[in-house]
Order: sequence, then structure tokens, then C-alpha cells
Amino acid sequence: MIDLLTAPFVEFAFMRRALAGCVALSVGAAPVGVFLTLRRMSLMSEAMSHAILPGAAVGFLWAGLSLPAMTLGGLVAGLAVALLSGLIARSTVLREDASLAAFYLISLAAGVLLISARGSSIDLLHILFGTVLALDDDALLLLGGIATVTLTGLAVAYRPLVMECVDPLFLRSVGRASGPVHYAFLALVVLNLVGGFAALGTLLAVGLMLLPAISARFWALDLTGLMPAAVVLALVASVAGLLVSYYASLPTGPAIVLSAGLLYVASMLLGPRGGLVWRLMPARHLEA
Amino acid sequence: MSLTSSSVPPAPGGALVFRGLTLGYARHPAVHHLDGTIPTGSLTAVVGPNGAGKSTLLKGIMGEITPLEGEVARPGLSRQGIAYLPQAAEIDRAFPIGVFDLVAMGLWRRVGPWRSLKAHRPGVEAALAAVGLTGFERRPIGTLSGGQLRRALFARVLLQDARVILLDEPFAAIDARTTDELLALVHGWHGEGRTVVAVLHDLDQVARHFPSTLLLAREAVAWGATREVLTADNLRRARRLCEAWDDEAPVCRAPGTKPHEHAPHEHDDHTNDHHTHGHAA
Repeated sequence: MIDLLTAPFVEFAFMRRALAGCVALSVGAAPVGVFLTLRRMSLMSEAMSHAILPGAAVGFLWAGLSLPAMTLGGLVAGLAVALLSGLIARSTVLREDASLAAFYLISLAAGVLLISARGSSIDLLHILFGTVLALDDDALLLLGGIATVTLTGLAVAYRPLVMECVDPLFLRSVGRASGPVHYAFLALVVLNLVGGFAALGTLLAVGLMLLPAISARFWALDLTGLMPAAVVLALVASVAGLLVSYYASLPTGPAIVLSAGLLYVASMLLGPRGGLVWRLMPARHLEA
Repeated sequence: MSLTSSSVPPAPGGALVFRGLTLGYARHPAVHHLDGTIPTGSLTAVVGPNGAGKSTLLKGIMGEITPLEGEVARPGLSRQGIAYLPQAAEIDRAFPIGVFDLVAMGLWRRVGPWRSLKAHRPGVEAALAAVGLTGFERRPIGTLSGGQLRRALFARVLLQDARVILLDEPFAAIDARTTDELLALVHGWHGEGRTVVAVLHDLDQVARHFPSTLLLAREAVAWGATREVLTADNLRRARRLCEAWDDEAPVCRAPGTKPHEHAPHEHDDHTNDHHTHGHAA
């Protein structure tokens, strides 16, 4: 039994690399996802993942299927969209979701146009669905670097970030941290999505960021519990997804995200903090 | 009150000076050519009908909105020298955070993003005790009642240790006992020489607790000692002045820096019944 779980990783280097990449991604992206859900910006990351596409496409057109070029392109496009929509939200009547929607649609359309102008459909599939079983050294370094930057960033900006989530007006009234913290957080989101698209593809990178974070709400009450819970759930989903894709010869990205989805359903049913099963047999209320 | 014993007593500075201050939204003034000074250490109530520009005035003092014309001078006062308790705080009550952490936000000026809270723990406990929330430290803010949340926000203002404290309808929908306890805090701040400005609707409360009053109806109808301001005549004038948003309002030609002298608007003779649906104050 244990053999079934470990053999693929012991036998094949590409599985070990995939595992290492997914671990890095889980450790960085899941806590970012926790903040996204708490800020009610879950869907914003989905939009952002679309916004990254044209940047990756430009990188691809410029340098072929090269990870650094595509990453850099995706990063530039993602940060540009995040900054512009944030800026417009703060200086016009548009709310952030509306301006983000406008920018990501423009960006997505441009990306599809660019890809179809030059690339074949196989290349497009690479960008959309990632290549987790073919992570090279560069990719692993990138994923590890992104996880490091993310955790460091969250640690440095933790207090103002929490304040910005709970009471943005108060943070604005006591200092100038509000804007920078917001943009730094958006940058971390973009960074993790870009890291994720190398491994899982643009569309599925969001999955490993959000599904564990959402599921964590059924396991923990406060931030100090939510973030570790999300990381653990993301790790479990990664390992399970890799194994399933190995034994059943299924595409890896969807297998990982579907594993995270199954964990979500299980958490929703069985999670001790408001899981559905517990609602069916409510404990008697207290005296005070 | 000496809850914030680590703090220096409020030094000179803390006065708010309005010079031809016009604040508003989309060119429509909500506060129109306001001139005057709120002296250091004063305890001032701002009263007036709905839509009179009271909340707008506080936001202007905070720098949350920029004046259409004129300025608020805050001599010797940094941004962090002002504590502001908004009418409807933008607090996300679903966020999983405890009362202790919410209140401890008031320490931002002293601890910033990285310094430890440990040394300030007794201070936070004392602030919680002062508002009667001892034992609530670990309660998630989502489980607080409206009055309890208001108490917690007062504790946060207490910790901010600011020279100027702005309160926007701090006692709205709060029961009598809580109001009395929070009013005691306000008096404590006054006793410590802090400048306190509060937007209020309960005129009895104003008369009993606030030495000076600004009666605002877009313009200052009366400003001075509370007893002289809150006359039936002034109140009637305030109600009449505060008319609804007028899309066709002409461009104001009054010189910006001088007190406002021309007749407010040509149609204020038939808007007595309109004053309640003015724009957001």
C-alpha cells in the first residue's frame, strides 16, 4: 500500500520534480488564496489568470516555448492589469471589480488573438494546461523562488494586510500603508498565478490557490489556523492528483485540481467548523 | 483618565482652522464656505439636519475627501494625530479576527507593521476594561452586538492616543447605559486637553455635555457656546437652509477665501419640505 503511494516518486525523476514543484506552489499560493477569499476577491484571481495569458503569449511568440520568457511576459501583463485596474478604481467612479473585468477581457482577447496568429493548437494547450510532468531546473527554481517571495511578503505585510482586509478606512486614516499593501498583495496574487501556469496552466493555477483556501474555512476559525490548513489541503491535493494521473494516465493539472475539488466537497460535508453533516445533528445550545 | 499613561500629554497644536472651506461631491457643495476655528482642547458638537454636511465636514478634516475650495489647516498636527470614528465603519465583520486584535489596531502609530504588541498588552486590556469589554478579548468580531462593536471601536480610539478625536454619530442606535459610559470617555478626553468634535442628533445630550456647538446647514448657521447656538430660531433657520441637491444650481461666484455673503440659493423659499432627501452627509 505504502509502495503504491511512494513508488512513482522513487522510480521516476519527473515525478519527484513534479512533486517538488507542487509543494512549492501549495506553500505559496494557498495562503494567498486564504486572503483572497477573506477579501471576497475569489473571482478576481480567475480574471487575473486570464489577464496573464497575452503576456505569456508574447513571451512565447518571442522566444518559443521558453519558461523564463513566458513567465516574464505573464508577470508584466498581470502586474499591468492589476495596477491599472487598482489605479482606475481609486481615481474614478468605477469599482475595482468593474475596472478589472474591463482590463482582463481586453487582455484575454489580445492573448487569444496573438496565440492563434502564430502558434499551433498544441502550443496553446501547453499554455492553457501546463506541463507539470516536464518541469526543468529553471521551472523548479522559479516555483521555489515564488514561494519564498510570497511567504516573505506575507510575513512582512501581515499586519497592515489584515488591517486592510478588516477595516480599510481605518488603515487609510492612520497612515499611508493602505495603497502599497493592496498593490503588494495583488502583485503576490499575480506572481503565484504566473508560477502556477508553468505547472498547471493558466486556467488551473487558480484551482490550487482557491480550492484549498475555501475548504480551509471548514477546518479552522482564525487566520493562524486557516493558512496552515489551506497549505496542508493543497499538499494533499497535489500528491493525490499526481498519483491519480500516474496510475490512471490522466492529465496532471486537472487531476490535481479535481483532487482539491474532492477535498472541498469532503470538507464541506465533514469539516468541524460548519460542515453540513454537523448541521444535521446540532448540539444543544448553551446556557449563556 | 490616565489609561494611556505612556503617552505625552497633548502638546500645543490640535486646533482645526477652516478657511473658506467648501467640501462636496461632483461640484455640489455639502459644506459651503466655512470659516472658523475649533480651538485646541475644545469639546464641540456638530449638529444640523440630515444632509447638512456634518459627516462631510469630518471627512474633510480627515483628508478623506479633498476640498472643492478653501482648506482645513491643522497646525502642528500630523495625519496620525487625528483619530476618526466614522458613522458606518467599513469593518468586515465576517473577517475571522478577535476583539483584542481589532482594538490593538489603535496602536498602529506606536507599533507600526512589525514591532511586537507584547509590551502594549496591558494597555489594550486597560482600554477594553475602560469600555466594559473585559473578557471579550478572544471573541470574534462577528459575534459582537452593535453596541459592543461601538465600545470596541471606542477602545481603539482610546489607544490611538490622538490629539484630535472626530466622532461621527457615535451614539446612534446605542442604548442609554452604553451611551453614558462612552460619554464619560469623551469627557475624559476633554479633561486630558484633547480636541473632540462629535456629530450628534440628540440636542438634549449636546446641551448637557458639549460646551460648544457648530450648527451646520451646509453653511455655519451658528457657532459658539451651546446655549446661544441651540435656539429655536437658529434651528428653524438651519432646517430652512438645508435644501435638496439641485441639479440646476448655478456656479458659485463668491470669492473663495472670504466668508460667504450672497443669498444661499434662489429657491430656498419653497424647499422647507425637501430637506430630508439631500445627498449623503
